[in-house]
Amino acid sequence: MDLLSEDKLSMMAPVEKIRFIIDEVKRGKILVLEKGLTPQEQADLIEMTMTNIDPEDFSGIEMESYPTKSDNSILGKLFKKGIRTRLTVIGPANKLKTLRKDRDLITALVSNK
Amino acid sequence: MGIMKSLRRNLSGFLKKLFNKENARIGIYGPPNAGKTTLANRILRDWTGDAMGSVSNIAHETRRARRREGVNIRANGNSLSLDIVDTPGLATKIDFHDFMGQGMTEAEAKRRAKEATEGVIEAVKWLDNLDGVILVMDATEDPYTQVNVTVIGNMEARDLPLLIVANKIDLPESSPSTIREAFPQHPMVSISALEGKNIDTLYEQISKRFG
Ligand SMILES: Nc1nc2c(ncn2[C@@H]2O[C@H](COP(=O)(O)OP(=O)(O)OP(=O)(O)O)[C@@H](O)[C@H]2O)c(=O)[nH]1
Ligand SMILES: [Mg+2]
Repeated sequence: MDLLSEDKLSMMAPVEKIRFIIDEVKRGKILVLEKGLTPQEQADLIEMTMTNIDPEDFSGIEMESYPTKSDNSILGKLFKKGIRTRLTVIGPANKLKTLRKDRDLITALVSNK
Repeated sequence: MGIMKSLRRNLSGFLKKLFNKENARIGIYGPPNAGKTTLANRILRDWTGDAMGSVSNIAHETRRARRREGVNIRANGNSLSLDIVDTPGLATKIDFHDFMGQGMTEAEAKRRAKEATEGVIEAVKWLDNLDGVILVMDATEDPYTQVNVTVIGNMEARDLPLLIVANKIDLPESSPSTIREAFPQHPMVSISALEGKNIDTLYEQISKRFG
């Protein structure tokens, strides 16, 4: 399992980031992203996943993140940084199963098949 | 800058009204099987007399987005003309084995899976061309899913109106309150698209949110 810090991901351009995630997940890796992805990046990742689905060896991804929290601080409002992404777990659909999730807890099960 | 922008917006709003050509475009989104097409059919039947598309208990029944233009909805004493887009169910994974488990041959299942991936891409692309979204969730299922989070996040990022529909409340195991707790910052209506339960409240909310 790879823990990806915000620093590592923020150095990449959005396309690179999505490509990197797909490549890692297709190799069977499970990624934990410290800061998650923006809503646009999540949408791009879903699209790219669909393009990569292959009946023989890739059925897609399991991805769990939290609802974005709106930043209600004065500074946040001032700079319109309303949308904050949060911790995200991404892995191959055949390996990662989310057991339970509620507003503040993700329980994931990793199987070794 | 700001003045030009608002001028332009006012002008385009004025032209829109003048020619009355463009209606607000509302996408119906959600995971497979949530009841999007059942809801679209009901809305169309109530206001136009025809239907949107086929419904099935097998996931990914809708694999191409369908648009119906100029649906006139009357509620709260107002009349509202909308273009309604029924989108393919969004998913992060599609496994053809699931369809084989429901009685399809391998070839059929693989074809449905392939079409389903294309449908998901189409649904994602439509997000760029909408004025608002009705997000349909099956109230018997866990609402904390990536699909829901992604649709909501994209609407928030674009500052577009969103209405959450907790569907299938005719089923005893449904729990719309779980959906409410998961996404408290957005308006929600509980309905049964199948039986029409609470559908007038939905039209009132549609008129309020997208009018
Ligand atoms: N009990 C109950 N079943 C419903 C309701 N709405 C839809 N269904 C059923 O749920 C199944 C899926 O309905 P669809 O309308 O095809 O769902 P969809 O969201 O369009 O699905 P995709 O097109 O595959 O993404 C069908 O068997 C419907 O009859 C409801 O309000 N109550
Ligand atoms: Mg459908």
